[in-house]
Amino acid sequence: MEGQSVEELLAKAERDEAEKLQRITVHKELELEFDLGNLLALDRNPPTGLRGGPSPEAELRALARDNTQLLINQLWQLPTERVEEALVAQLPEPTTRLPREKPVPRPRPLTRWQQFARLKGIRPKKKTNLVWDEVSGQWRRRWGYQRARDDTKEWLIEVPGSADPLEDQFAKRIQAKKERVAKNELNRLRNLARAHKTQLPSAAGMHPTGHQSTKELGRALQVAKVSTASVGRFQERLPKEKAPRGSGKKRKFQPLFGDFAAEKNSQLEMLRLMNSKKPQLDVTRATNKQMREDEQEEAAKRRKMSQKGKRKGGRQGPGGKRKGGPPSQGGKRKVGLGGKMNSGPPRLGGNRKGGLHQGGKRRK
Amino acid sequence: MRPLTEEETRVMFEKIAKYIGENLQLLVDRPDGTYCFRLHNDRVYYVSEKILKLAANISGDKLVSLGTCFGKFTKTHKFRLHITALDYLAPYAKYKVWIKPGAEQSFLYGNHVLKSGLGRITENTSQYQGVVVYSMADIPLLYSAIIIYCIGSEAKDIQLPVAGSPDHSMDTQQRS
Repeated sequence: MEGQSVEELLAKAERDEAEKLQRITVHKELELEFDLGNLLALDRNPPTGLRGGPSPEAELRALARDNTQLLINQLWQLPTERVEEALVAQLPEPTTRLPREKPVPRPRPLTRWQQFARLKGIRPKKKTNLVWDEVSGQWRRRWGYQRARDDTKEWLIEVPGSADPLEDQFAKRIQAKKERVAKNELNRLRNLARAHKTQLPSAAGMHPTGHQSTKELGRALQVAKVSTASVGRFQERLPKEKAPRGSGKKRKFQPLFGDFAAEKNSQLEMLRLMNSKKPQLDVTRATNKQMREDEQEEAAKRRKMSQKGKRKGGRQGPGGKRKGGPPSQGGKRKVGLGGKMNSGPPRLGGNRKGGLHQGGKRRK
Repeated sequence: MRPLTEEETRVMFEKIAKYIGENLQLLVDRPDGTYCFRLHNDRVYYVSEKILKLAANISGDKLVSLGTCFGKFTKTHKFRLHITALDYLAPYAKYKVWIKPGAEQSFLYGNHVLKSGLGRITENTSQYQGVVVYSMADIPLLYSAIIIYCIGSEAKDIQLPVAGSPDHSMDTQQRS
């Protein structure tokens, strides 16, 4: 019995091994080509069993399984390393060259300088990166941060004979630098606009000459209105000035061939609502209303508390007899929103009258 | 050309529902094809998807019409139903009115129909109800609103003029 069971176990183990091997090994006429860098396996075997008309699903699936098995067998042969409790295979460099994702970029038009240089035959001269700076006694870069000859950083400037003695030469140099930078930026943007075949937003008609037409003036006016920090939001209009036309957002419509089914469904839904004869609950309005009511309640409560507190303070202060105290308090409480109550002992009599008066008004 | 917005669809449906009620669903949801409403130059067209795709190839300023014109939106965004919608309203009409041959001509030229000219009428038609008017040969002539004036309590004094087409801008054409 035991011998038999042992034999049985051994036989079973052998059978399991054979099955496993069968699953792992795949027989192919032509060997597959592998590009493990891209996890790619290329099978050049002619597909024989795929003529099955109705459903080649099973054959396709078997084929996929076999090829994937072979690929994984190859992957298991790669050198591995252990990274944070995981066994990781090191993939080699990919050998197949993948095609371009996007089309080749079109050549950009030449900038103005490049056109000029081409015309004149000017070639870029090779320049050194660092220049010897006498002033600081070190090698400094030709341009950029802490450059060699930065005239804005000089501590002493001789005033030239022809210049106005009260002029600030330092400020003049800084101003000139800013203008050069702005000009450079403008030219860069112009080159960019030419490359993309768009136009720069120009300030063509904005400078006031004496000879501008109504249209130009209108346009200048519009631009001036919108050129504030809040983009024209809080600019007041003159008494009889009309609102500018076309300043609202452009309406967006559904596309012409949208989802027909969705359109049909929304229309049917609308019809259903129309035919239901029940007033529909507008959730936003209901919640807003509820919130407003809550706020009002809270405000009323707060006012009551503050009134009570002031009242109590007033009474305790002088500690005198106040005959009219309770009724006026009652009247004030009824009023609720009595407005600003000036607390203070001398005014209590007056307040009482005022309170009752107000109570009368409100009660109506 | 564009689809209708929510607001516009609602206005239009409310108008059409006056004549055909909840049968409007059958216009929106048809078993034999996808039909939709499209707006072009303020007019609403009821057009099948096939025709719509063909019409999309025509530029907007050259496109005159497509499918069936149901009506148009006025400058103040009210919807006016046109006579061309009759083919779609007639089969689904809830309340129908048949007029006698003698009164037919007079009616089509814009006069009121008296009670004597009325042939049949669906029961439970209330006052100011939108109806579709048929000739005795069951040809839909027009859609209109029914108004009943009762002058005096005696039967022969009761007159039932039926108002003409609510769409005054259209010429009522006689259907042969």
